[in-house]
Amino acid sequence: MNKLLNAARGVFLWVDDRLHLVKLFESTAGHHVPQSSGSWFYVLGSATLLCFMIQLATGIMLAMVYVPSAAESYTTLQYLTYQQDLGWFLRAVHYWGSNFMVGIMLLHMTQVFLFGAYKYPREITWITGLALLGLTLGLAFTGQVMRFDEDAYWGLGIGAAILGRVPFLGEQMVNMMLGGPIIASETLSRFFALHVFVLPGGVLALVSIHLRMVLTKGISEYPQPGVLVRRETYDKEYAAILKKEGVPFFPKAISKDLVASAVVIFAILACAVIFGPKGPTGPPDPVQIDTLPRPDFYFLWIFAIAALMPDWMESVALLGGPVLIGLLLIALPFFNGTGERSWRRRPVAVMTVILVYVALGLLTYLGHTSPWSPDMDAWKGDPTPEQFIRGRSPLELQGSVVVQFMQCRNCHAIDGIGGHRGPDLADVGARLTKDQLIRQVIQGGGNMPAYGKNLSPDQVDAVVAFMVSLRPPGIPAARDSSQPGRPPME
Amino acid sequence: MNEEPSKPCACEGKKTTRRDFLLAAGFGLNVIAGAAIGIPLVGYVLSAFFKPSQLEWIKLGPVGNFPEGKTRFATYENPVRREWDGETANIPCWVRRIKGDEFQVFAINCTHLGCPVRWFEESKLFMCPCHGGAFYEDGGHAAGPPPRGLYTYEFKVENGVLFIKGGDLPNLSNQNI
Repeated sequence: MNKLLNAARGVFLWVDDRLHLVKLFESTAGHHVPQSSGSWFYVLGSATLLCFMIQLATGIMLAMVYVPSAAESYTTLQYLTYQQDLGWFLRAVHYWGSNFMVGIMLLHMTQVFLFGAYKYPREITWITGLALLGLTLGLAFTGQVMRFDEDAYWGLGIGAAILGRVPFLGEQMVNMMLGGPIIASETLSRFFALHVFVLPGGVLALVSIHLRMVLTKGISEYPQPGVLVRRETYDKEYAAILKKEGVPFFPKAISKDLVASAVVIFAILACAVIFGPKGPTGPPDPVQIDTLPRPDFYFLWIFAIAALMPDWMESVALLGGPVLIGLLLIALPFFNGTGERSWRRRPVAVMTVILVYVALGLLTYLGHTSPWSPDMDAWKGDPTPEQFIRGRSPLELQGSVVVQFMQCRNCHAIDGIGGHRGPDLADVGARLTKDQLIRQVIQGGGNMPAYGKNLSPDQVDAVVAFMVSLRPPGIPAARDSSQPGRPPME
Repeated sequence: MNEEPSKPCACEGKKTTRRDFLLAAGFGLNVIAGAAIGIPLVGYVLSAFFKPSQLEWIKLGPVGNFPEGKTRFATYENPVRREWDGETANIPCWVRRIKGDEFQVFAINCTHLGCPVRWFEESKLFMCPCHGGAFYEDGGHAAGPPPRGLYTYEFKVENGVLFIKGGDLPNLSNQNI
């Protein structure tokens, strides 16, 4: 036994003599970090990196089966999901891994922002982190295209439509993105090249700079209220902290990272097993227009902004917004590189985070429910609730049929059933007078098409009679306040 | 590698030594070689950027397929199709025959962000499933975020057959009609 150990030791010493592994290990994993950075808040960076590793491993395996061809990829996705042994599992882990990667990366960025860790001397760490966020979102979008189904096809169409708004060079940029004038095989091939070679390569390169900064300038110490960052003194102060309470990252500070890594892996596996892979939905066949294109959840907020923004500012915001936000974030450590780090004394930073999260959360929720989209099948699928038909006159009943067959229900719910683009009609008779209803139906307006050309006068009469009857029990029909004889205010 | 101080450097004055020359030649040759590799690479990648779209006349079918006063769904095969395009080569459009040889052929793509608009015969509206854009029978903007009416294809009727000029993805940069 001793002989064996000695032999193993000999081999190790021989390898180490050639490769200097111990030295390498000491100067990297063994580097000293402030004891205060051994906090649960500091595990998010390594957890993001872990997600990327999972994506690399599962991505390579998926690429062993997947065929990036417009004609074949959908079939190979079906094969991966339903026939290849454990194919569904790898697809699910890759999909959930991407969700976790984007999510944990955002948390990491939030923590760095709130802890003022982007300040002097860690500007390059912050900027490479921003670039990594950009690359990761690029991986998310191109990955969504790899799942080459109807959502991928129309998602590409949305991307092209946004690029088509670029002044002067729009057409060239669309061609560049699609690899030709139209979404076809070359589009998928170039997105494949981006997704599996270019973007992951960029991530690896940037991660190495990101980590290099951790070694050169050190991990930031846990911020204390009242301890200010000064360019002149910080480096000395940091060295003093390391001298006083520095511990080697391995094995002293790594324990929480290890626990967090395991938790993240278990969470990804649990989601993968419980919820499975996403899609593919219908085939990427442009002729199948009976489709509701929706992006993956990390882009739902952009989808929502595109629906809610006023028309006049849309092109400027879609194209200029990302540039502006990017420049602002890059500039952050330069105009706010010193001073207070603790979030307890940075109310603007805290408010910014709350605002951004509330806005992103709300927009994502809206994007998920998309109340602005017509419910394409409501007119033939949704019933008229019974209480709005019972006891109605023949004219009103006729009106309810017209409302149904003229697709009004696609945008207008009645008592919650139907589309939500326009207002619910359940109480419209109490809100609008007969004249107002006639005008609205014929002329449209307020984001409603004009129906004047498409309805006969008889149909308008019937529709308006029906709508006047749509009121909560006991509420009179709306009356024109300019007309004499109006009832006293209640 | 330490030069002995007693030995005067051979590069004194402005004399070019063999070593200097080799270094300069090494750099120079690699700049040329880099360009020789790099320019074709960039050209390859950017070829799509500089290649203008070439539209072709595409047959949509005999005019008899399209009744007067109606709007019908039609599909055509993308003229720049490749063998491995699969079903993505089949492109849909909406054909409105006003009367006789008077047509309007609308692109399927909403002018807002390119989603496929659907035609509703009863209300005579096109509706978009993405952000709620709506268009009238003649393609005019009716409601929602689209910045303009539907894109139309150039068309012609020859020997009773309807042709359209197509081959690109209609978007705000390539459609001026």
